[in-house]
Amino acid sequence: MILVEAPGLFTTVQDLGRMGCGSIGVSPSGAADAVALRVGNRLVGNPEGAAALEMTLAGGTFAFPEGALAALAGSDFGAILDGGAIPAWTPFRIPPGGRLRTGHTRSGARCYLCVRGGIEVKLFLGSASTHVLSGLGGFEGRSLKKGDILSIGKSEMAEPGRQGAVSDILLPRKPLRVTDAPQSDWFSEAAQSIFYNSGYRVTEEANRMGLRLEGPVIPAPAGGHMITEGVALGAVQIPAAGQPIILFVEQQTTGGYPKIANVISADMSSVGQLRPRDQIRFERVDQTTARALLREQEEAIRAIH
Amino acid sequence: MRRLQRLLELNPLQGVLNLHPAYCSVLIRFDALVTGHREVEALLRPRLENLDTIALPEPREVEIPVCYGGEFGGDLAEVADMHGITPAQVAARHSSAAYTVDFLGFAPGFGYLSGLPGELATPRLPVPRRSVPAGSVGIAGDQTGVYPFATAGGWRLIGRTPVAMFRPDREPMSLLSIGDRVRFRPISAEEFAE
Repeated sequence: MILVEAPGLFTTVQDLGRMGCGSIGVSPSGAADAVALRVGNRLVGNPEGAAALEMTLAGGTFAFPEGALAALAGSDFGAILDGGAIPAWTPFRIPPGGRLRTGHTRSGARCYLCVRGGIEVKLFLGSASTHVLSGLGGFEGRSLKKGDILSIGKSEMAEPGRQGAVSDILLPRKPLRVTDAPQSDWFSEAAQSIFYNSGYRVTEEANRMGLRLEGPVIPAPAGGHMITEGVALGAVQIPAAGQPIILFVEQQTTGGYPKIANVISADMSSVGQLRPRDQIRFERVDQTTARALLREQEEAIRAIH
Repeated sequence: MRRLQRLLELNPLQGVLNLHPAYCSVLIRFDALVTGHREVEALLRPRLENLDTIALPEPREVEIPVCYGGEFGGDLAEVADMHGITPAQVAARHSSAAYTVDFLGFAPGFGYLSGLPGELATPRLPVPRRSVPAGSVGIAGDQTGVYPFATAGGWRLIGRTPVAMFRPDREPMSLLSIGDRVRFRPISAEEFAE
């Protein structure tokens, strides 16, 4: 079991999310940096989709009365175990009575604490992921509080790994690669040129539902009347004010703003590591390239052991 | 749209992870490691030709009790003013119409209902509220709907229902499904409290 001594800024239980519920308005949710979660789970010998703790910007302090085998994946939150520094991307043993402390991020937005056996919670629609907006899933449908007690699942799984680092292609990148979106051709050439040639700043309104960006205004498309339609993960919406919004893992499932582009699947983890005030740019690729990049990322994850 | 959704539910395509039906579209999310745009399109095109043969389930009738106005419908008076009628007339007209659930989206269990009487059509709030109480009944353009959870929202609120629109311990979890026929029944604040 894990005793939450300090929850950190915003810590939730996440796995790879729930698919197939779009028609009742439930978005998949799941880890904001799914690559880090999968790698972390591989390192402790879990199935890739086991539930773990997702910490945001500042992590918590966790006591392990019975000990555990654990790994930290994603951004560096300066973890300390009973006084000694713990490197990311490396499995480590927590002795019975051990205490793991994490602090403010030294790199990106999210760090995952994966434990062998996974975090055990009641599943909602087949997933352990917390869906914050509806207060469902995860641990009591909410972010963790001081005094919460989490169960660790039983493990009869693979041997834990030994990795000490991950290849660069699994680490976050700042130019986000995007493909065209359903309304890309509604935007003028001038509007697209602004979008692709400008830097955008992540605002404070950046969470699991979406990230509001700030930068040069993108002129709204002329004429087109938008009918509400399904929106994809990573869709870059341009509301009338011309400042982009990236829809993220706990997104609304439908929307009525035109979309200029869509972040490619391989770069969604990088979105999960964006912090407020980060500067980003967009780089256009075609769908064939996007799929090749995803395959390349997949091979790198499978090579972790 | 509903037939295409039904077809994809009955005969899932390989690699398809999620479907998001809306007014006149279905967004298909697929695993790009398994399939691609061209493959999905090639499989789908021929099936579209037989769409007329897909049978849809009989629509269900759902009644939603609503307490109109007062603390439950903060925008009722304004909506009435905008249309030059009384708040009671807005409530009477809203609760006398028959609605259809066109699709669910935005948040779990949020149904987009068509069938709002034309004279009640009202634009969204210019600035959305940061938090709308769960159960709030709102109008946006010619649509009406009920917020299942406390979320931000820009629909004009005319009342509230005590009924849970989405409950994970109920089957089905969502009170509304695509295609349902919906009516609103006015209730008093006392009935709401029960």
